[in-house]
Amino acid sequence: MKHTPLFNLHESSGAKMGEFAGYDMPLFYPLGVMKEHLHTRSSAGLFDISHMVHMEVTGSEAAQLIERACPYDASNQPMGQARYTFFLNENAGVIDDLIITRLESNRYLIVSNAGCADKDIAHINSLAEIFNSNVEVIPRGFLALQGPKAESVLVQLGYAVRDLAFMTAIEPKAGWFLSRTGYTGEDGFEIAMPVEETEAFAQKLLESADVELIGLGARDSLRLEAGLSLYGQDLDDSVTPHEAGLLWAIPKSLRQGGPFIGADALAEKIAAGRTRKRIGLRPTGKMPVRAGAKLVNETGEDIGKVTSGGFGPSFEGPVALGLIEMNATDQPIFAEVRGKQIPMEVHSLPFVPHNYKR
Amino acid sequence: MSKTYYTEEHEWLTVDGDEATVGITNHAQDQLGDIVFVELPDVDDEVEQGGDTVVIESVKAASDVYAPVSGTITEVNSALDEEPAMVNAGAETDGWLYKMKISNAEELSELMDLDAYKELIG
Repeated sequence: MKHTPLFNLHESSGAKMGEFAGYDMPLFYPLGVMKEHLHTRSSAGLFDISHMVHMEVTGSEAAQLIERACPYDASNQPMGQARYTFFLNENAGVIDDLIITRLESNRYLIVSNAGCADKDIAHINSLAEIFNSNVEVIPRGFLALQGPKAESVLVQLGYAVRDLAFMTAIEPKAGWFLSRTGYTGEDGFEIAMPVEETEAFAQKLLESADVELIGLGARDSLRLEAGLSLYGQDLDDSVTPHEAGLLWAIPKSLRQGGPFIGADALAEKIAAGRTRKRIGLRPTGKMPVRAGAKLVNETGEDIGKVTSGGFGPSFEGPVALGLIEMNATDQPIFAEVRGKQIPMEVHSLPFVPHNYKR
Repeated sequence: MSKTYYTEEHEWLTVDGDEATVGITNHAQDQLGDIVFVELPDVDDEVEQGGDTVVIESVKAASDVYAPVSGTITEVNSALDEEPAMVNAGAETDGWLYKMKISNAEELSELMDLDAYKELIG
């Protein structure tokens, strides 16, 4: 298994480690998932996300390459803006979901999921052969500092982030990258740095009484309460952004066609109407309903499945995301768990309000 | 005079005559993390040694609890419906799961005593 630059810190902090996307990652620390989750919502949580993939695309046709791979107008993306988007396949299915930041007019940073690393790199490299551009995969440390106190912690360390808006980024020094983004629904930052500087930076953040290390367990419950998709569960290459409820990430002008892979399929599917959609579901009662549970209607017909589910510590109850047939939500919905039918209520997303700094 | 036995699946049972009280060990609750739901059996359910009897849902995952011996459920700890975290706070005391009438006392010989269990968890 691969190690991130913080492997030693995780071990010395008493983390319970586990495999994720080929990396030995911290699942939780002695604080435990519940308290780690609540600490992030009330103070500041530090996450090791160094397993994620950083790729820089440079060159005179860098923007055209991105516009071929992703359904947005990269040529007109403001400098320093971070944008949520996708690689789509010919069927408009999602190869991966990403954040792309325009660093300079001919330089873009793509941050993608660790579990999709090989296919993402292959995909972008195949496009780099067509466009005058260069792709570099950058190995580095990547940390997320999330929560209402994240800003003050960074300001105390001398980072001028107070005026940095949500979904914008800066490069504070050579080899570093800092964006006001995250995966928790809270205000916060994602900070990349050279591998050899990562542990010292993490230690500096942890000197603050407001900061606790947070593992993948709470990362999952935080993003689930925030209604954010997890690739491989809520999203995969058979799901379109339209079905996933992510059409907001595609400009209106590109929904009827565009230069990107999958444009025709997307336009056709939007015109035909989607047959299934992603929704928030609240299991009635206290029992968590987890990913993979079948969704059925009153007569027991299969109407979809739970794609993510668990217990929401801030919501104080079980929460789930499901992919369900369009016409199935106007009648009672049940999830099948261990032979029992658990009534599910449709719940608006997010389960816990976002706390972004706009 | 009661006696407490332990299983390799980290359950404990305290036996008094043919009655037993069953729970998970403190080591097990520590491994599971924050417990948010306990699905208990019904009174009068018949269980077989090694069969799924209880499901404990932690923040992380669902875990099966197996019957340490065969028998019939006589009582469940319904306080766990409201306070599942009692299993974290007192896995071997207030956080017991159910009581049962043992149908085959010979199965007890396959279980561990405290010393053997301590050796198992290291």
